[in-house]
Amino acid sequence: MSAVFEQIFQVGFLAAIIRIATPLAFATLGEMFSERAGVLNLGIEGIMLLSAMAGFTAASLSGSLWLGVLAAVLTGALMGALHALFTVALGLSQHVCGIGVTLFCSGLAYFLYRLIFGQQSVPPSIDGFKPVPIPLLSNIPVLGPAVFNQFALVYLAVVAVPLAAFVLYRTPWGLSVRMVGENPRAADSAGVSVIATRFQAVILGGALMGLAGAFLTMAQFNAFTFGVVSGRGWVAIALVVFGRWDPWRSAGAALLFAFVDALQLRMQASGLGHIPYEAFLMLPFIFTIVAMAFMSRNAVAPSALLKPFRREER
Amino acid sequence: MFRLEARTSTPAWFNLALPLIAIAATLILCSGLIAVAGAGVVEAYGVMLSASLGDSYAITETLVRAAPMIFTGLAVAIAFRAKFWNIGAEGQLLAGAVASCFVGAIPMPGYLAMLLMALVGAAAGALVALVPATLRVKFKVDDVVSSLLLNSVIYYALMALIEGPWKDTFSGYPISPPIEDSANFPVLVEGTRLHLGVIVALVAAPLCWFLIARTTLGFRIRVTGENPEAARYGGINVRRVLLSTALLSGALAGLAGVGEVGGVHFQVMSDISPGYGYSGIVVAMLARLNPLGVVPAAIFLAAVMTGAEAMSRATGVPAFLSDVIQGTALLAMLVALLFTAYRVRRVGALS
Repeated sequence: MSAVFEQIFQVGFLAAIIRIATPLAFATLGEMFSERAGVLNLGIEGIMLLSAMAGFTAASLSGSLWLGVLAAVLTGALMGALHALFTVALGLSQHVCGIGVTLFCSGLAYFLYRLIFGQQSVPPSIDGFKPVPIPLLSNIPVLGPAVFNQFALVYLAVVAVPLAAFVLYRTPWGLSVRMVGENPRAADSAGVSVIATRFQAVILGGALMGLAGAFLTMAQFNAFTFGVVSGRGWVAIALVVFGRWDPWRSAGAALLFAFVDALQLRMQASGLGHIPYEAFLMLPFIFTIVAMAFMSRNAVAPSALLKPFRREER
Repeated sequence: MFRLEARTSTPAWFNLALPLIAIAATLILCSGLIAVAGAGVVEAYGVMLSASLGDSYAITETLVRAAPMIFTGLAVAIAFRAKFWNIGAEGQLLAGAVASCFVGAIPMPGYLAMLLMALVGAAAGALVALVPATLRVKFKVDDVVSSLLLNSVIYYALMALIEGPWKDTFSGYPISPPIEDSANFPVLVEGTRLHLGVIVALVAAPLCWFLIARTTLGFRIRVTGENPEAARYGGINVRRVLLSTALLSGALAGLAGVGEVGGVHFQVMSDISPGYGYSGIVVAMLARLNPLGVVPAAIFLAAVMTGAEAMSRATGVPAFLSDVIQGTALLAMLVALLFTAYRVRRVGALS
């Protein structure tokens, strides 16, 4: 009997880690693409919220979850384009614009949600994504039910990490992204359009943030609440730094954070431990701040991060 | 083709005109949302205006709402002047609130309690702001990200306190015990919530202006922000200026929290700040980083916030419109600021 319990515990725990990590992985990859091109996107928190709302609304009005995902991705991409318009095309300060985008997107998300769904005592919910078992693989003990019996979006995240690494390191476009993030002047001389590449990277990043939002309202919670994102965007900003702007490391950082978060939830539920759960939630932020102090010696951040590019100014 | 061309000088009337243009553009853009919600634009804005500035009680409510944003606006304006990118006013505010609430709960004569609340709250905010500044000066850590991330750390620390050892045993809710009655800031006008902290905020703005415009430290802050190389040449210790700026900025943000505890809530709860730290960025940008401009900018945002609630009751347009207005105003102001540095020129096919 205890063996069964232990197995359930482990499967549930592993599955929880993966479910917590998925939206973070999307968001982190999105922020990473943007920052590798030299654009810090502090709009992430708001973009995730607005996408989560758009996805939920589209899914609940149309009845199609995938249409919801599409709406979330498009919303994310559109808001990415908005951030790029201000920071890349107009060269305005990235951090202030990012805060502006977050304020704008969160305000708009709350406004439209209240307008469409009104004020209800119980927030409306949808029939969210169901786990899709992968034949054979899902029969592996412990690992099978935890990893291979997940939402389709989880599998998408698993594929997205190597894909992002491939795109960033092995394709001409990825090279352009890294060039405009490191040395836009040189990229310009080499015939790479700095403006266009940055636009594309920030829009792709926004789309990935949209996927993160979609996962929250259509797989994880199946409802939109005002605290649905609750700082996950800021976590992603930290994870990108912690993962040293690399897709693999960033995804690893997301998994590590998810592990700590799942552990925290379990300890809270079991009433174990006298450490307040907030201490665990604080950890990724403190780790990142400390890590930044160590990393600064060997500059790993994209050199042109936060620096607008204007061709005529030398 | 149009292209941006650098300006050599900025006309003086720009300082006043730009925020007004940005606000006008914002209100026009957001009127689309009012129309979508099925209400009359003029009616909605009219209710907003009369409910926030229409009578003396409404004005006092708006001022009470403006006070924390005056402080965070000043905090951000002074920090940005030195190009210390303090995105952490939210966390500094929370730190100030927690620290002052601790002090306010200790029985002692009222005036002493208020004074100590202000001092300890300001010190707490300053300490928090010192972290990103020190990391930048010592380790070249990007202050934008570190100050932003610190907000979450402080928020969770606050939550740990009010859900743990500090939880109000009387109510059982995750809120701190209230401060002593004698430590409540005196109300200046009977029947309103206009408290002493609001006056302090209104006085702080000209003091900050004097500091920036007329003192040696202010001069150093400005030079450090405008041209750190020149500042170094001129014998200014740039690191020290950055650290002093952080202390000053954090202390101001901390005072925002003190005012909320001493004058409005009398205790600390998780939502003591509805993002006043981030609103401070909007306020500072609308004010063009001028401490004197911070007051009208904060009053504008506060009026939008108080007005939006009345507008929502009267017309059914969600009160969240005020959040959209805030975000749009910041973005509109940033675009407007572009015209101080650049002008749009028509250029030929190929130059």
